[in-house]
Amino acid sequence: MTGNNQTPAEAPLRAEYWDLTYISGPLVFLKNGGRFPSGAILELTMANGEVRQGQVLEASTSHAVVQVLQGTQGVDVKGASVSLKQDVATIGVSTALLGRRFNGTGVPIDGLPPAVVDKEMNINGAPMNPVARDKPNDFIETGVTAIDEFNTLVRGQKLPIFFGSGLPANEVANLIVQQARTRDASEQFVVVFGAMGITEREANYFMTAFDEGGQGGRVVAFINKANDPAIERVFTPRCALTVAEYLAYEMDYQVLVILTDMTSYCEALRQVSSAREEIPGRRGYPGYMYTDLSTIYERAGRIRGRKGSVTQMPMLTMPDDDITHPIPDLTGYITEGQIVLSRSLHRQGVFPPVDIIPCLSRLMNNGIGEGRTRGDHRQVANQLYSAYAQGLDIRKLMTIIGEDALSDMDKKFLKFAIQFERELIGQGWTRRTIDESLDASWKLLSLLPRAELTRIDTKYVDLYYKAGEETAAAPVS
Amino acid sequence: MVQTREPITGKLCLVSGPMIGASGMLGVSMGEMLRVGTLGLIGEVIRINGDTVYAQVFEDTGGMMLGEPVTSLGYPLSVELGPGLLGGVFDGIQRPLEVLRAMSGDFIARGLTAPALDREKKWGFTPTVTVGQKVVGGDVLGTVQETRAFMHRVLVPPNVSGVIKSVVSAGEYTVEQPVVVLEDGSELAMMQRWPVKRPRPVVRKLPATEPFVTGQRVLDCIFPVALGGSAVVPGGFGTGKTVVEQTLSKYCNADIIVYVGCGERGNEMADVLDEFPALTDPKTGDSLMNRTILVVNTSNMPVAAREASVYSGITLAEYYRDQGFSVAIMADSSSRWAEALREISSRLEEMPGEEGYPTYLSARIAEFYERTGRAEVLGTVAEGEEPRQGSMTLVAAVSPAGGDFSEPVTQTSLRVAGGFWGLDAALAYRRHYPAINWKVSYTLYLETLKPWFRDNAPKGWLENRQRAMDLLQRDAEMQEIVQLVGPDALQDGERLILETGKMVREVFLQQNAFSDNDAFSSLEKTGGLLETLLEFYDLSKNAIENGVTLNRLMGLPVREDIARLRNESNANFADKRATVCARMRADVAAAATKKG
Repeated sequence: MTGNNQTPAEAPLRAEYWDLTYISGPLVFLKNGGRFPSGAILELTMANGEVRQGQVLEASTSHAVVQVLQGTQGVDVKGASVSLKQDVATIGVSTALLGRRFNGTGVPIDGLPPAVVDKEMNINGAPMNPVARDKPNDFIETGVTAIDEFNTLVRGQKLPIFFGSGLPANEVANLIVQQARTRDASEQFVVVFGAMGITEREANYFMTAFDEGGQGGRVVAFINKANDPAIERVFTPRCALTVAEYLAYEMDYQVLVILTDMTSYCEALRQVSSAREEIPGRRGYPGYMYTDLSTIYERAGRIRGRKGSVTQMPMLTMPDDDITHPIPDLTGYITEGQIVLSRSLHRQGVFPPVDIIPCLSRLMNNGIGEGRTRGDHRQVANQLYSAYAQGLDIRKLMTIIGEDALSDMDKKFLKFAIQFERELIGQGWTRRTIDESLDASWKLLSLLPRAELTRIDTKYVDLYYKAGEETAAAPVS
Repeated sequence: MVQTREPITGKLCLVSGPMIGASGMLGVSMGEMLRVGTLGLIGEVIRINGDTVYAQVFEDTGGMMLGEPVTSLGYPLSVELGPGLLGGVFDGIQRPLEVLRAMSGDFIARGLTAPALDREKKWGFTPTVTVGQKVVGGDVLGTVQETRAFMHRVLVPPNVSGVIKSVVSAGEYTVEQPVVVLEDGSELAMMQRWPVKRPRPVVRKLPATEPFVTGQRVLDCIFPVALGGSAVVPGGFGTGKTVVEQTLSKYCNADIIVYVGCGERGNEMADVLDEFPALTDPKTGDSLMNRTILVVNTSNMPVAAREASVYSGITLAEYYRDQGFSVAIMADSSSRWAEALREISSRLEEMPGEEGYPTYLSARIAEFYERTGRAEVLGTVAEGEEPRQGSMTLVAAVSPAGGDFSEPVTQTSLRVAGGFWGLDAALAYRRHYPAINWKVSYTLYLETLKPWFRDNAPKGWLENRQRAMDLLQRDAEMQEIVQLVGPDALQDGERLILETGKMVREVFLQQNAFSDNDAFSSLEKTGGLLETLLEFYDLSKNAIENGVTLNRLMGLPVREDIARLRNESNANFADKRATVCARMRADVAAAATKKG
């Protein structure tokens, strides 16, 4: 939004108005609403010369409602004036933004002068025409079995990571950034990083990790920290996505957008809503939060006839580990699946602690199978899911009736579930290709008798299944 | 048809998100369409206060200035009906998205207008009426080959009647060219308009006696819905609502599908657009896209158009029903429509009802569901002929917050829908798809459909259905016991129920929508599969009573054959089943002779 810095000489004379009437929370009200277009960006100049920015939310003949990005602390109704800055919120875009760091609204914070921009784009974007969308079906190999094999990520997908406080979500996101590869190595892969309300520690972690991993020059970062103005957070993901769309659809980059933490974003949205005295929905979040979030998440995808893509990985904290909380709930309704981190796996020292049971990738089937990954991929994943779920049931049963009361078959499933978590999911920082993941899976399946593998075609069972020693030795009935 | 009045122009006096106000609009009526601002955005009047009207705008209102002109068009929000709808992709207010793409590129610009039906395209019209013939609303004026397999019937609009003064000869005409002139001078073209919020009239609604066959075992056998019925499919995210809707669009036995993507994902629509043209309509052999109309308003498209999209969709469906076809309308998801109502209601500062939804939510939902049904449609009935009939079946997905079915949209829908297919996150987590929870779902159509199943379904259909339900019920009870005391406390006969219950769940209820052989299960396959499972149960039960242990029975390799039976194609199924059944009988008998 402030990518273009006009020098005073270039700036046209601007009308200033002194008609603030009411200040509440992040909002100020002006007496005359007919002066500015709705959605316009205003400058609020205070008596001491300090300038803040605001956006018109509502305009009527009696008044206008303006949200002030930097908050209203210190604003008074007498001394502050408003003037029009831009008709709509925009951000300057160009490839020179790569490697740069900005605050939540696009002001450089890396000590360098503003980047040379190619053009200004509206940060709200425009809805992509559904018929212009290309079906996302290019497999992205993240090197993480829990994702590649069970919840495959494809280009143009939006796949969030849900986690509870204290879980290593940042590490998982970083793992994906470090290891992700697409099949065609010649394509240019860049990361747009949008951070809302993250701590200094988290911001440092990501920036250091990107630099150490050699991604530094391929990252555009918009960082709104926990102690930065909360209302700015409403703009941060939109700035990030506008840059991402430009890089993808006009410059042919494959863009991965990481947005963290969407929970802080939603809280900022709630703050504005409550200041506007709107009727609150669940847990005080505004009723239009679904619509608002969708204007962020739906800005992922591919367009027919264009080379680039925008893949989104939003990250959000589930308050109290509750997946039915409005933020993960509404997110899950919009995104194409979710990756959920598990506290119990984390406690057991499994990394990445991905609980595959509630995870899902809706676009998985588009990206896998013969010619993309391997023919047995879907069926092996289904079989493992089913066997793991059965193993978990048996583990629950065991806590009631004790291990001795389990049947031989139950014990096999139990052993399978334990090894599944420790070995297949808990791969640590080793990168696995999809073939390695599938091979490791067949090794695990050898713990189970062949007759149990009913979800896999016989031809694949013949090809890959090798009965484990125990299984082979076990009696038939 | 659509009444019109001279346009009235006033000035913009309020902009608040998707809602605007305009003054100087005296004479404008509720529900009228507006063109708002210099961009000419489309809106609909939802409140009037003196000379000020309030309207919901179907496009983003950013950048509008007070004082910009607002013009009422003199008619309510309506859709264009005529040949050229099939295979089309429209947004919530029936703008053709392909045309919009040609106009504004890959992103939808604001203020675009484009007619839904191509004005240039000529259609081969064959008249079926003659000069001097008296016609009434619903009569067929002629036919048009709309797609390779579909014969479109051009209808007299519902509230028009008269004597034909002239009729064109068979030939090529555009949708706007008059094809018939009545004695009173009114000209009838192939295209007509209809306001979306007013149901198109029918002679009478008829009881629904034929099933809506979906090729999904759990639906066709356990929870069947009638052609002309309605089903509600609630489920938390990731439980497979969209897959259910898309699978039904592909395989159900309706003639025409209207798919309304209301406030859902853009990539899902890309999926449908990619997949449907390549698939074959099982009824006609033509491309599946040619029996489908897509009404798409993805979640990031303006919120007010979401509300319009479900009404646009159902009006298109009614038009094909009036021609005498069976139409299925898929609404994914009706919750997004309800949320749009809530958002606009909140901007109007109306007193909210439950969870912030407006108090008229249940009335709106009920009115909407009641537009479905099997009906005798308008039109003259010639002597010795049966009145023309059409039907409209609704399958509405609901996205309850937090997956909790006690929320208002689910509960209100349940009061009016005849079928309830509840999707369950616990089933989806263990990849039991379709994740329809058989313990909570129900259908109210079973009684009226029984005669049809007796006459047309494989033998023993209804009896086996009941046996399967009983078995699943006992299976659930046994599982509770096992959770408390462990499986050892059960007798072999009881454990057999657990084992067969598991087989029914995994082999019969589960179905793989992405497998070529399993995605569509014919009634024969559905019936045969269940019959096989129940026979296995009977044989095993008998064997156990004769002293065979359960372990021996469960170790029989034929169980794997039974499990794989569902992967047989519909064509091969009967043969394969005969083989498996023979082996099953022999194996169980052999086990019985060995004992122990």
